[in-house]
Amino acid sequence: MTTNRDTATSAFDTDELVINMGPQHPSTHGVLRLVLRLDGERVIDMDVVIGYLHRGVEKLTEQRDYTQIVLLTDRMDYVAAASNNLGYVETVEKLMSLEVPKRAQYIRTVLAELQRIASHLVWLGTHAMDIGAVTVFLYCLRERELVLDLFEEYCGARLTYNAMRVGGLPMDLSTGWEAKVRAFCDLLPGKIDDYETLLTNNRIWLERTKDVGVISGADATAIGLTGPALRASGVRRDVRKDEPYAAYKDFDFEVPLGTRGDTYDRYTVRLIEMRQSVRIVQQALDGMPDGPVMGKVPRLIKPPAGETYHAIESPKGELGYFIVSDGQSLSPYRLRVRPPSLCNLQALPQLARGHLVADVVALIGTIDIVLGEVDR
Amino acid sequence: MIDMVVIPVFKMLVVITAVLSAVAYMVLLERKVQAWVQVRLGPMRVGPHGVLQPIADVLKLITKEDVRPASADRFLFTLAPILVVVPALIVFAVVPFGTSTTMFGKEISLYITDLDIGLLYIVSVASIGLYGLILGGWASNSKYPLLSSLRASAQIVSYEVAVTMTLVSLIVTAGSLSLVEIVKAQEAHGVWYVFIQPVAFVIFVIGALAETNRAPFDLPEAEQELVGGFHTEYSGMRFALFFLAEYTNMIVVSAVGVTMFLGGWLAPFSSVSWLAWLGLVPGWVWFSLKTFLLLSLFLWIRATLPRYRYDQLMRLGWKVLIPLALVNLAVSAVLKVLL
Repeated sequence: MTTNRDTATSAFDTDELVINMGPQHPSTHGVLRLVLRLDGERVIDMDVVIGYLHRGVEKLTEQRDYTQIVLLTDRMDYVAAASNNLGYVETVEKLMSLEVPKRAQYIRTVLAELQRIASHLVWLGTHAMDIGAVTVFLYCLRERELVLDLFEEYCGARLTYNAMRVGGLPMDLSTGWEAKVRAFCDLLPGKIDDYETLLTNNRIWLERTKDVGVISGADATAIGLTGPALRASGVRRDVRKDEPYAAYKDFDFEVPLGTRGDTYDRYTVRLIEMRQSVRIVQQALDGMPDGPVMGKVPRLIKPPAGETYHAIESPKGELGYFIVSDGQSLSPYRLRVRPPSLCNLQALPQLARGHLVADVVALIGTIDIVLGEVDR
Repeated sequence: MIDMVVIPVFKMLVVITAVLSAVAYMVLLERKVQAWVQVRLGPMRVGPHGVLQPIADVLKLITKEDVRPASADRFLFTLAPILVVVPALIVFAVVPFGTSTTMFGKEISLYITDLDIGLLYIVSVASIGLYGLILGGWASNSKYPLLSSLRASAQIVSYEVAVTMTLVSLIVTAGSLSLVEIVKAQEAHGVWYVFIQPVAFVIFVIGALAETNRAPFDLPEAEQELVGGFHTEYSGMRFALFFLAEYTNMIVVSAVGVTMFLGGWLAPFSSVSWLAWLGLVPGWVWFSLKTFLLLSLFLWIRATLPRYRYDQLMRLGWKVLIPLALVNLAVSAVLKVLL
């Protein structure tokens, strides 16, 4: 294979074509820049250039107090703000050894799972649109709109929620909210069936996703993939199961695994995850305890000197926060985020090597990145 | 004088006006159909339900600044859109919209000309448009358009083979290259050729989608990969010409498909006695209706399916459609001799 290519190169005096994909490109999901080296349409190698959306969130946290930082976490993965809130407040609670009321835990779980559904819907829509199925995109956003309405009713915001506080939640559920969530949970599985009708057994979809971007479980672990992208390669790792946080240990749900680790597996894993999220939300609503939503928290949040790391399963993978407190100031001495989007993006060159340009957009979609989180 | 000049010129004017306004409203229809499939409203602002949108679009495109990249080849850059649009339009010279009608006491045929080699004319003229695509991509002197014009030329050439093969098997069945004769042969057979040549019809529709760069074969202008395709660097009226050519080509393949497979201007159910009143409707109405149906199929497919990848598209063309079309041609020829 290689020798053939070499002789062909010398015989026709061909050259590699270097093209710039992004930062202004319709399917790089924001401001990602890929420098592709092409042989015809085949990708020989690529450089991933990031940093176009860097806002210095981690440095900013050193100037803000612990409550204000919740608001900054919204701006990282902006299609899953509630998950980012959850990861941050739990880390601070762990650092301060705070008790969080059970009701707050349950509501947080409901919010995080609704957020997972919303995030996966955005992923499915954009991924399908990159492969050319524009209709699926609009259907997905139609259902995501319902989730956004639920969030709006809960906290007043539709994108950057600022929905959690250290020690609990800023407010209790409004009356009738649970009934609306239940109605949504009854509606969604049928809608997911609709998407599957358009895609799952569609021959073109199968040809575009099967055996595209295959990564083995060992490779995926080595490169640091997490979340659905890792589970699609058959590795059983889900923070919700392995190190339960919020109220996840109370609920019964399955962790879907893939077998081949290709784009199609990552697609099916995420679809099953949405269905499982619906189950979790329903169980949480069934078992919703009464009580306060805010625990006993000191007026000034000033964690003792020390450091801690805490991770949650965000829709995109393992979202970890590492906080160092000097015990003196009202701001963290250092806050470091382990963003799943950035870590999963590391796999892109390996996934794309040897595939065609058309596959590159499918692969950007399949690892599900948000540039706000990649650059922070 | 009147027969030689006035009537043909008049007919050309009518056809070109009809085709161009059909194209304008085709764009609106496409946007509307896609919007309905995707639970949107589509254009609603210009006129009631957006019916004046095409006029607004045309005005915008005409008044837009005509930008040409500094590194582009001036002559070819200007020539390319013209090369694309002219062949698409002159194909209509041989498309029969009906038999004939009487106007001002004169018998006027509803086609500009009836060439003996009409089908050959269509196939060859349609291929010229390809040069426009290649030149457009090359003359822009830009990487994305170049990639997509290469894709476009490879795709169109491969699918042209399959489509032409199906047309050849129809020539065998009908025994003529003239489009008028082919429709008349369908009338004589008493059945449309879609029922005699179903395999050819399926290949023709798939090939037509690919030849006109329509979804799911719209690789050359895959906006998610190649941003805009071969017309990325074009703007204003030059861009509009590419656009015009694309939709004209859609109408061309639909019109050819209707003529070849769906009985052209013939009324449906001609053998059913109680539906005989359908024959009172003028032929050109039937022709337009059938073309419209075929075009709607194009739009429906576009709203439903994802896009093929380049290598898969080539595989489908060379390994499935062309062998199938060849077998179909051989079987038609053998049957023609035996029966």
